Amino acid sequence: MHITSPAFKQNAHDALNDASLQKALKHARPMFTGSRARAVANLPEFEQLRDIGRDIKNHTLANLDWYLEAYAAQVERSGGTVHWCSTADDARATVLEICRQAGARTVTKGKSMISEELGINDHLSKHGIVPVETDLGEYILQIRDEGPSHIIAPAFHLNREDWEKTFREVHTDLPADRVFSDRRDILAEARTLLRAKFLAADVGITGANFLIAETGSSVIVTNEGNGDLTQTLPRVHIALASIEKVVPTLEDATSLLRLLARSATGQDFSVYTTFSTGARRTADLDGPQEYHVVLIDNGRSNMMGTDFQEMLRCIRCAACMNHCPVYGATGGHAYGWVYPGPMGSVLTPTLIGVDKAGHLPNASTFCGKCESVCPVKIPLPKLMRHWREREFERHLSPAAVRTGLGVWGWFVRRPGAYRLATRAMIGVLTLLGRQKGAFRSLPLAGGWTEGRDLPVPEGGTFMDRYAAQQRRRR
Amino acid sequence: MSREAILGAIRRGLRRGPLPADQAAMLVGRLATHPRHLIPARSRVPRPDQIALFVRNVEKEYGTVLRLPDAAAVPVAVADWLAAQNLPPAFVMAPHPDLIALPWSDRPMLAFEARPAIGSDTVSVQHGWAAVAETGTILFPSDPTRPTTLNLLPESEIVVLRTSRVVGAYEEAWDLLRAERQDAETGGFMPRNLMLVTGPSRSADIEQTLELGAHGPRRLHVLLIEDDPVAR
Repeated sequence: MHITSPAFKQNAHDALNDASLQKALKHARPMFTGSRARAVANLPEFEQLRDIGRDIKNHTLANLDWYLEAYAAQVERSGGTVHWCSTADDARATVLEICRQAGARTVTKGKSMISEELGINDHLSKHGIVPVETDLGEYILQIRDEGPSHIIAPAFHLNREDWEKTFREVHTDLPADRVFSDRRDILAEARTLLRAKFLAADVGITGANFLIAETGSSVIVTNEGNGDLTQTLPRVHIALASIEKVVPTLEDATSLLRLLARSATGQDFSVYTTFSTGARRTADLDGPQEYHVVLIDNGRSNMMGTDFQEMLRCIRCAACMNHCPVYGATGGHAYGWVYPGPMGSVLTPTLIGVDKAGHLPNASTFCGKCESVCPVKIPLPKLMRHWREREFERHLSPAAVRTGLGVWGWFVRRPGAYRLATRAMIGVLTLLGRQKGAFRSLPLAGGWTEGRDLPVPEGGTFMDRYAAQQRRRR
Repeated sequence: MSREAILGAIRRGLRRGPLPADQAAMLVGRLATHPRHLIPARSRVPRPDQIALFVRNVEKEYGTVLRLPDAAAVPVAVADWLAAQNLPPAFVMAPHPDLIALPWSDRPMLAFEARPAIGSDTVSVQHGWAAVAETGTILFPSDPTRPTTLNLLPESEIVVLRTSRVVGAYEEAWDLLRAERQDAETGGFMPRNLMLVTGPSRSADIEQTLELGAHGPRRLHVLLIEDDPVAR
């Protein structure tokens, strides 16, 4: 996937001026936050479950090597194959090889963020195999040649008009004058079209929400049923999973599943939660003949033992981006790679480098909402701050930022000078703004005043007022 | 090659070698005993309330439930439901002995075949193995009597389920699996495919607005047979 994270500032600027995107964001966001709040209110134990979720993931990560080996042994015992892949290149090559062995011409795909990370579709296409995205949101993005803008609602940025327009442009074998009287008509057209693809595919590729060491199962959760058709109908099923997806037992997965759907869509449970364990048994009447798990590291093991190990608890629910004021203003594409929002701001620099993704951890107001809704309590603001520090240490931040921070740093280490300077500044601003009451623009603060006025300061500095109040108390 | 590289990198991060034998033994024990965590109080209620909770949750998730006094009432209920939905009296059925044994001759107009589903099937009658009241979720372990395609290809799915198979929480369903199922080929208790289904298929990908019947069934109708006297 093409990386545009280094252009985050321009991307964000464009996004703010994109009327269609702003309409979609305004419409969709309250639905996610409202649904989650209702689901959480209906489960009094939710807060306790967050602690349990965090602890399960921490326990697993502390023993990750052991659980991965236990998991792989169970997969092999149940007739599946595990392919360990250190890098994205390894994983792409492995998937292609399995598809070739199967003589595959078309491949259906369930929604999978790791497949976006690996760029599986491009790789297969380049080698003459046709990948077909079957999640409704991913399907329209594939035919529009766009990336997802959200990790669970990939077409978050599109309005109904966009769907109709794209379907008319691409599905040219259908009558041009057909009427889309409501959303159901769009859905029905996609259903009919994709049903034929499901039935024709030679290989089905899905992601995995969890891997279970106890049983050697991979788990996917979906609402559409596309992931299930993908992994049931073709002769070969490939599950793509990064190494941190493993959990010990069904009971552990259950506790995390109680958190996942509520945090994501606000459902109590997704419509389809499906456990795949091995290939078709001799007497079974349906299901794939081969079951492959492609187990992918691609940078995760480097996070072990660092500050960022906590990020490996992430279960990809999207609650952080659904509640983030920055994501809410720019949408997901501005982040410039696969993972947007606060989780992306932490994860993306670890996977593509802080030199490319350094803007992302800076794109935060540090309001802390993301951490407060995270089902596994990842301290996202703290981790973004770690990236800011590293960016500064490696001299990657722009000169203006470094100079500004230098000046600020000089003053805060000298409280006398700091108070003197702020007092002087207030004096000047009061004098200049006496008439107007507020400033519409200020030198060096154009970015800030572009969106709002700065009121003229009143009543002296904080320290002056604090001191005066203390005197009155005495 | 990759396997050792990945495991080695994880161990370097954790600043240790392979897990010492005593610690590994503890993890083996944890997998074998699979301890339960917190189970929400909502399903810890008397049996009749559990059944009511199950029904309420299926309906909340846009499914429908009809409670039947005994299995013999199933063919009539199927015929009536199909007629009410304006669907033709034909379906594909799971080749499960409990379903095959039903008195289908009571409704000779019903045409059905016991087999996996194909793309042109519009209605399936599926065997519900067990269900979880906590969220109105039905379990379908795949085996020769319960093909997975019946849950996916038809637009309408009718599930025949007995109240004695409705448990409170998921954890109780896992214990049923462990106790009742043994896969001859793998030695484990997990089937190839275990679907947990909560309501009919849906998508909210178009403007985050819910539409039923995305790729799987648009309708999910549960015929709940009251075979558990304690649960009435």
